[in-house]
Amino acid sequence: MRQSIRIALLSGGVCLVGTTTLAQVNVGITVSQTGPAAALGIPQKNSVAQLPKEIAGQKVDYVVLDDATDPTKAVANARKMIAENKIDYLIGSSATPATMALVDVAAETKTPYCAMVPSKAVVDPVDEKRKWTFKAPQNDAIMAESLAEHMAANGVKSVAFLGFTDGYGQGWLEEVEKAMPAKGIKITAVERFQRTDTSVTGQVLKILASSPDAVLIAASGTVAVMPQKTIKEQGYNKPIYQTHGVGTMDFVRVGGKDVDGTVFPAGPVVVADLLPDSHPSKKVGLEYIKAYEANNKTPFAVFGAHLADCMSIAANSVKPALEKGKPGTAEFRSGLRDAIETTKELPATHGVYNYSPTDHAGLDNRSRVLIKIVNGKWTLLP
Amino acid sequence: MNSTIALFLLQDGVINGAIYALLGVTLVLIFAVTRVIFVPQGEFAAWGALTLASLESGATPGTALLLVVLGVSAAVVETIRERASMRPARLGVMAVRDVAMPIALLLIVSTIAPTKPALWLSVLLTLALVVPLGPLVYRLAFQPIADATVLTLFIAAIGVHFAMIGLGLIFFGAEGFRNEPFIAGVFPLGPLMFKGQSLVILAATAALLAALWFFFEHSMLGKALRATAINRLGARLVGIPTRATGRIAFALAAAIGALSGTLIGSLTTISYDSGFIISLKGFVAAIAAGLASYPVTVVAAIGVGVLESFAAFFASAYKEVIVFSLIIPLLIWRSLVTAHHDEEEE
Repeated sequence: MRQSIRIALLSGGVCLVGTTTLAQVNVGITVSQTGPAAALGIPQKNSVAQLPKEIAGQKVDYVVLDDATDPTKAVANARKMIAENKIDYLIGSSATPATMALVDVAAETKTPYCAMVPSKAVVDPVDEKRKWTFKAPQNDAIMAESLAEHMAANGVKSVAFLGFTDGYGQGWLEEVEKAMPAKGIKITAVERFQRTDTSVTGQVLKILASSPDAVLIAASGTVAVMPQKTIKEQGYNKPIYQTHGVGTMDFVRVGGKDVDGTVFPAGPVVVADLLPDSHPSKKVGLEYIKAYEANNKTPFAVFGAHLADCMSIAANSVKPALEKGKPGTAEFRSGLRDAIETTKELPATHGVYNYSPTDHAGLDNRSRVLIKIVNGKWTLLP
Repeated sequence: MNSTIALFLLQDGVINGAIYALLGVTLVLIFAVTRVIFVPQGEFAAWGALTLASLESGATPGTALLLVVLGVSAAVVETIRERASMRPARLGVMAVRDVAMPIALLLIVSTIAPTKPALWLSVLLTLALVVPLGPLVYRLAFQPIADATVLTLFIAAIGVHFAMIGLGLIFFGAEGFRNEPFIAGVFPLGPLMFKGQSLVILAATAALLAALWFFFEHSMLGKALRATAINRLGARLVGIPTRATGRIAFALAAAIGALSGTLIGSLTTISYDSGFIISLKGFVAAIAAGLASYPVTVVAAIGVGVLESFAAFFASAYKEVIVFSLIIPLLIWRSLVTAHHDEEEE
């Protein structure tokens, strides 16, 4: 451990020397390679190797630190990279609490910052503090509306909600409570469960007693299989919806035939190979996947693509920022922020970005597709 | 709420409670023999489930490699620590037990695993891989401080918990797995549906508890463990090697932990960090029994399971709050009814 700290310090020192001799753009990345959000942080870290090494004639250097899903550590990482590595652009972290903490650091040090979690509160409303923060993932609202549309089109009149007790479930619940009534769909029951629960029989019995036309499970990763299996075991055969948190093949691997027929929204990169050629994210998405799988020899995960999108946003804005100042200066950083804010129609793996002074989330309906699991395979719903 | 729902909840609670009972009983066992409040007990369960899942998918489980790493470290650490009194015979024993055997196991498992062995063989292999980890953890972390206070041992246990979580992440990855049930299918009984796996859990728990009772009441080794639990110094005076009893207690804990892991692996998705909360619920039961009585632990564990299942029905968002708040009145009640004896004074 001490050895690795020493190496990290040493490489930090080398970067410091680097900045004084050669103008280069420094990007600081803090992700959760360990701790509860490791399933997100590991593919994010694995995506760093394929990021561009040179943008607009400037060498780009990346510093990657692990924050162990700990907000305090994430803040310390960010401050260290800002002070020692003179970073021009900050990306991180993998979970919402750490991300929220970084928003303050970015504002205080006037460093443009790209968040990789979907929570709307990270960039909304855009005020003095959030001015420096941009967000790559889709708002939960975009995802929830797509589900509401699909339900309404398929004659679903009532839905029951079963979600995590944490921020993910809460964020979804808030959006569902807005999106569903807007389409005339009644919410019959709201039940919650823990990521670590071994059984959800109690919740499922209560949900089925309210006899909904469909059930929406707001959970992420392979944990989302268990509630769906329990619902099926109780003899429920109406539609089951999931959220974009299950957009990994691991969900199908663990779920098997229990998750057949599930409908869930996802970012376009998840099904890049199925997208029509006209979709703006198809080319970028396929390039991302190809590079990721060549570098890591493992299947890509959607979370890593957010990191690539964060970098696309910055890469597009380096040129105008260079006119304001040299990398490593406050002028360059504020120029970069201003340029990102004027991003228009930038295609990326998760959609097309259009930022404005009032909108730092930047994505529209092109950032989500609906997927149905049929015979253990994903199929794209029109 | 009608009687059918109540019966369903009761059934669900008893089955979860059975798993908590197994983990709770091992916590009591380890505490009695070694005075360690063994926080990472749940990790053995998670590792058991994950090892079985790897074997089912035809991959060599991470625990095989981990066993080699821990075995070699334990041998090296012990040789250095006790270099003054080290004899060639003991070195030989360690070379065979801690280095050769894990490597042999690794080779065996990596040849058998790709053939996707039958379930009973996978479970046996899982036990063969996870059980030796128990004594290794004891030798590396607790044996050198075996005479420290309960508090020191507890702090060490928390450290071991974090180390084991980290190792689990490295060896199994961040994604979750689910196992095949031992008995697939559903058996109707009146209005209730019993899953095959639920019946396996109940039967296995009952069998294990009976075996533990027999072990402690009727075998020499079990009696030696009990003697150590009652009085370490006295046990040592009558010739019971207390070091060995610690290792045996940890081997038992790893065995029961791994087995409970393979039992719950088909009910829910298990990932490298799933074990902690499950064993924490076993801990609530163990606390209710004052970390002393096995039967009370079992009853309390089933109580925790049933409470949890009904709480999930009535107020799912507050389920964990309800279950873990239970520990406060329990502690108050225990401190009122038990005579206070300060063992730190020894």
